[in-house]
Amino acid sequence: MNFYRLLSIIGKQRTSPGWQNWSSARSSASAAEAHSTTLPTQAQVVICGGGIMGTSVAYHLSKMGWKDIVLLEQGRLAAGSTRFCAGILSTARHLTIEQKMADYSNKLYQQLEQETGIQTGYIRTGSIFLAQTQDRLISLKRINSRLNVIGIPSEIISPRKVAELHPLLNVHDLVGAMHVPEDAVVSSADVALALASAASQNGVQIYDRTTILHVLVKKGQVAGVETDKGQIECQYFVNCAGQWAYELGLSNEEPVSIPLHACEHFYLLTRPLETPLQSNTPTIVDADGRIYIRNWQGGILSGGFEKNPKPIFTEGKNQLEIQNLQEDWDHFEPLLSSLLRRMPELETLEIMKLVNCPETFTPDMRCIMGESPAVQGYFVLAGMNSAGLSFGGGAGKYLAEWIVHGYPSENVWGLDLKRFGALQSSRTFLRHRVMEVMPLIYDLKVPRWDFQTGRQLRTSPLYDRLDAQGARWMEKHGFERPKYFVPPDKDLLALEQSKTFYKPDWFDIVESEVKCCKEAVCVIDMSSFTKFEITSTGDQALEILQYLFSNDVDVPVGHIVHTGMLNEGGGYENDCSIARLNKRSFFMISPTDQQVHCWAWLKKHMPKDSNLLLEDVTWKYTALNLIGPRAVDVLSELSYAPMTPDHFPSLFCKEMSVGYANGIRVMSMTHTGEPGFMLYIPIEYALHVYNEVMSVGQKYGIRNAGYYALRSLRIEKFFAFWGQDLNTLTTPLECGRESRVKLEKGMDFIGQDALLQQKQNGVYKRFTMFILDDHDTDLDLWPWWGEPIYRNGQYVGKTTSSAYSFSLERHVCLGFVHNFSEDTGEEQVVTADFINRGEYEIDIAGHRFQAKAKLYPVASLFTHKRRKDDVELTDLHGK
Amino acid sequence: MSISALLSMGRCCCRCCCPRGLWMLSAPCCDDRRMCVCPGPRRIGIPVRSSSLPLFSDAMPAPTQLFFPLIRNCELSRIYGTACYCHHKHLCCPSPYIPQSRLRYTPHPAYATFCRPKENWWQYTQGRRYASTPQKFYLTPPQVNSILKANEYSFKVPEFDGKNVSSVLGFDSNQLPANAPIEDRRSAATCLQTRGMLLGVFDGHAGCACSQAVSERLFYYIAVSLLPHETLLEIENAVESGRALLPILQWHKHPNDYFSKEASKLYFNSLRTYWQELIDLNTGESTDIDVKEALINAFKRLDNDISLEAQVGDPNSFLNYLVLRVAFSGATACVAHVDGVDLHVANTGDSRAMLGVQEEDGSWSAVTLSNDHNAQNERELERLKLEHPKNEAKSVVKQDRLLGLLMPFRAFGDVKFKWSIDLQKRVIESGPDQLNDNEYTKFIPPNYHTPPYLTAEPEVTYHRLRPQDKFLVLATDGLWETMHRQDVVRIVGEYLTGMHHQQPIAVGGYKVTLGQMHGLLTERRTKMSSVFEDQNAATHLIRHAVGNNEFGTVDHERLSKMLSLPEELARMYRDDITIIVVQFNSHVVGAYQNQE
Repeated sequence: MNFYRLLSIIGKQRTSPGWQNWSSARSSASAAEAHSTTLPTQAQVVICGGGIMGTSVAYHLSKMGWKDIVLLEQGRLAAGSTRFCAGILSTARHLTIEQKMADYSNKLYQQLEQETGIQTGYIRTGSIFLAQTQDRLISLKRINSRLNVIGIPSEIISPRKVAELHPLLNVHDLVGAMHVPEDAVVSSADVALALASAASQNGVQIYDRTTILHVLVKKGQVAGVETDKGQIECQYFVNCAGQWAYELGLSNEEPVSIPLHACEHFYLLTRPLETPLQSNTPTIVDADGRIYIRNWQGGILSGGFEKNPKPIFTEGKNQLEIQNLQEDWDHFEPLLSSLLRRMPELETLEIMKLVNCPETFTPDMRCIMGESPAVQGYFVLAGMNSAGLSFGGGAGKYLAEWIVHGYPSENVWGLDLKRFGALQSSRTFLRHRVMEVMPLIYDLKVPRWDFQTGRQLRTSPLYDRLDAQGARWMEKHGFERPKYFVPPDKDLLALEQSKTFYKPDWFDIVESEVKCCKEAVCVIDMSSFTKFEITSTGDQALEILQYLFSNDVDVPVGHIVHTGMLNEGGGYENDCSIARLNKRSFFMISPTDQQVHCWAWLKKHMPKDSNLLLEDVTWKYTALNLIGPRAVDVLSELSYAPMTPDHFPSLFCKEMSVGYANGIRVMSMTHTGEPGFMLYIPIEYALHVYNEVMSVGQKYGIRNAGYYALRSLRIEKFFAFWGQDLNTLTTPLECGRESRVKLEKGMDFIGQDALLQQKQNGVYKRFTMFILDDHDTDLDLWPWWGEPIYRNGQYVGKTTSSAYSFSLERHVCLGFVHNFSEDTGEEQVVTADFINRGEYEIDIAGHRFQAKAKLYPVASLFTHKRRKDDVELTDLHGK
Repeated sequence: MSISALLSMGRCCCRCCCPRGLWMLSAPCCDDRRMCVCPGPRRIGIPVRSSSLPLFSDAMPAPTQLFFPLIRNCELSRIYGTACYCHHKHLCCPSPYIPQSRLRYTPHPAYATFCRPKENWWQYTQGRRYASTPQKFYLTPPQVNSILKANEYSFKVPEFDGKNVSSVLGFDSNQLPANAPIEDRRSAATCLQTRGMLLGVFDGHAGCACSQAVSERLFYYIAVSLLPHETLLEIENAVESGRALLPILQWHKHPNDYFSKEASKLYFNSLRTYWQELIDLNTGESTDIDVKEALINAFKRLDNDISLEAQVGDPNSFLNYLVLRVAFSGATACVAHVDGVDLHVANTGDSRAMLGVQEEDGSWSAVTLSNDHNAQNERELERLKLEHPKNEAKSVVKQDRLLGLLMPFRAFGDVKFKWSIDLQKRVIESGPDQLNDNEYTKFIPPNYHTPPYLTAEPEVTYHRLRPQDKFLVLATDGLWETMHRQDVVRIVGEYLTGMHHQQPIAVGGYKVTLGQMHGLLTERRTKMSSVFEDQNAATHLIRHAVGNNEFGTVDHERLSKMLSLPEELARMYRDDITIIVVQFNSHVVGAYQNQE
């Protein structure tokens, strides 16, 4: 019954479409206010937010058979950003997961009208992405390659073709464009209402004008919600509150950090043209001009993402009513100029309105979904970076799967809430960062760009020392890490401009760092890595770790084990190294961005046992990686202890003194496959140890190196990165890590069954290394990641990472090879034979390069002996 | 840019002296055969008793030859035969052609510039002479900006707990040199032991030594004068027992605003003597200190100390020369003391303090808070006449100048107008050679019968701040002679509030096309850009003062020409400009008002 009231509102709106009629729609809603509503006292799921996200989650949950769902909206359904949305559905995204979400949304919205009987205004217009520069065209070509392999038609077209597709465009300054014919426009408010209607028919109860005050939490678990109209008990809570999601998260007793922030966003509506635009006129995205243009009721709708965004609502909710935001023509002026440059004939077109519609942005321009690490059952779907309509369907589906099955059907790590920590939840940080993110939506995305705002938050104690020596920095999880070190004689200005799809300026610098790692010794500050300590009074620590890890961690004290933390499906939740410090205590090293995710995973699975202690010691240790054949000499000179493999075998850990400092954890591993040591140094000794290492190391040719060198060394040896190559859907068997799994270790571990089954049935994808053959490093586009892999001309997968190997003097790409059936497209078993008997090509922005596939790393890289007659005089020079 | 082009721009600073006295000068800094013919001294002119025209024609140095056509273009050729001008910088400058004089001293910036040789000048003029076709070049807008912004400084009163409880929001200051080196100085400081903020501009003449010294020292004298007896005792005891001193002033300085390190000890001793006397004079009754009286005392005391230090001298020859240069040069001062709603302005000379008042209708009006001490001020003329015997009534002010020489009627330093002839002679004779060689210092003003003719005593104006008083402009006469006070207040007012008052555009129910809107927006942006260019109200004001055309808008071409003047010519077209714009906190001022 509640729903029919809503439908009547929709009916009113439908008869008088258009932006002018909001007020009438609103008054009809207030007329219905008298309608008294009583909330149910309990439900399985409570969804907060009646925008496209909330309704989509409700729709998909109800489709999956969950019926006991309540959706609460503080105002009216589809009244926030969803109402003001420009209504463009675009599948051309940079991330594959985003492309898939948009593609799903497109298909969903298309059939929604048929399913629900509610008109959504869906029209397939197609969209054209213009390129004013060659670099932009490269970027479009990369997207184009990726769209094609997941079955979304698109093509790169000439400016002349652009002019044919759109009558009003000025094309003389274009170098090309990408045409995506199946993109569409749709009324997002109507889509939300249609989804709500379908959900309601499936049993979802929807209440508007109900404000959630806060979420009730008991023992780290969602217990219910407190609204202005009473309490509802529930097991699951879904925060789809859009730009208010941050505030709602903070309102909890135990706050849930949802880092997002709103910016004002403007678009223009005009009266119809003299000859009104066809309703199927394609949507134009002129990213170099920072604008989008779509047809709207015979006229146009045009907005953009300006360089100087206006953040809003920093101080929280309801300073201003969203409906009452001011139009700011002066602010819109650059975009208007850009529009008139692109479509000069519009000069005489009459303005109808400038709409100010705040959009929500996240610190890394990717949306936020998933379960809170702090509160179980607290799910979030928000922060759409102004692509809410495009992602709404797909994101709602994945989140519903997540709630129902415990995990979504696709790898969504890049969108997972747990990629952020509490450090991204400062208002100041968010305000500053979104001012960088919003323009970035239309900026050219080149490999290896780093955010400029919100930096220098977490730093190693050596930061200033390294910075003074020319370090250039990148940021991971708020931690500053050196990329490479600019030698004093290099031109700094030129290096800062290294935004290119081709060979970057730092090539020579990284080459010399890599060379030094191979021939002498380098030191890399790796303090950002996540470090946990697990201790217990008895065997509890060992027991839980044996259950959580696939490898056997019951090793003698002092040994290090590389292992994965797997999920039930056998996929990697984390990839880490564990050192056994003593019988009852373990030291665990994980990738930097695992800090929140790994902690949540451990907490979730650890028994509540006061004798078992898990501690995050990331901040306690500075990590120095001494890489290279002379690392042995440096360390033995500093410790007066023999460090040769006989005395200090590989994958061994020992506390020892280095210089004056005692209690340094020295581990014989380097994360690169090169010889050397990791030093875990209590932070107060960091500067001392670093200085000692550098001064003693001088005669061994020591120098600083950065992550780019590390990356090159790792990738050429076929080492996978968690988060990039490995994810929750890849198993150790799929990436040749059988040796890191002990299926018969005498006790069960998570994912064991899945792995046993996989061992029997074979794997459906295989992690493979590709060495590019006919690729000219100086002249050709460099691979990045996400490039399609072709086997005998058939698409078989995408690359996940790549780097230039200075030893092989070739580019190395890592990626997964699938075996799609030629007839059905179904995935089939991938055997070693299948991999080996294929001719491979990697598609970089539409150009295919031949590649050699390898299942195992190049053996010659692991032999470190230098032949006597190779020694040169130059080897005597200091590095 | 040709010189004639420069002149045709028609703004010549000579105008302040051309119509008045025409002074013939055998420049003391040059020997007889190298006569300098320079554009006019604005403040001090020195008549030359014997001058022979032939000297000009037979041994004319390059600059002279250059300036003859120049003067003709300026339609000053009529004075060619009878008069020429000396750049006043030369007056007390020891001969620039004695290189050893530079070598004997450490190159302190103030000092190095004080006796800076004129190589550049020769290079410039000779280069010009051979340039057959005048080159046209303009500074680009970024170049113009970098010149205008080189000395800009802004200070915002820090907020505590998100609130600014001071009646001052902050200030913007800037200066644009015309002299090389600039003779203007500025100072700003917060009093730490009493409440209130001090801001001042100082316009030097006959060199920058005096204005520099006053800018460093005056605020300490004022702050000390304002201190209660107990605090003075505490400070004195701390000095006596070698304990750490209470800080008195928090300076807000641009990096170019320097302190003289060498004289610091000397200055401190004089200051200490002052507070010791204040302690001794204290009768024990703790009375409220009167700001007006404190300001007057501080001004007079500092001037007295400057004079005394020069008479006593210093065993250190560098310091000895420094104190003499300070005393023989001069400076005017205009100082504001803001404490809550109490605004005191102490003025000595012809700098000016102007209050910007916003009327209820949003328009701006200017309220002058200081009186110029010059010949345009009837009361000053009256005062001078009363202070000297009747028979001097005609000579004490001649051609609108004190004793026919000095434009401001009150100033620091300038002991030539204060000391008796005997004292002057004695000090000069016992002084260092440089002083002795300097014709200017030796020269005794004409009709010098009943010194002192000059005082540093300020005139103090009190104003109680009201919410409509939005800002205060303190500026040297370089600004006021190019711009009307009403324009100054309007430009600053519009600058400070401009953006807030710009009405946002709304389409409303009107028919507007995209093209029309685009035109409108572009126009608005152009208008705004000149405001946006400056982050500093003082810079904005200088941009207008130098670049305004006849329509009252900034003309880039004109601005570029004015700023690209070679430093030796700049002084003919403008004076040093120094501006401080203090912004008041209307909320705090209003709260004060409501309290009472």
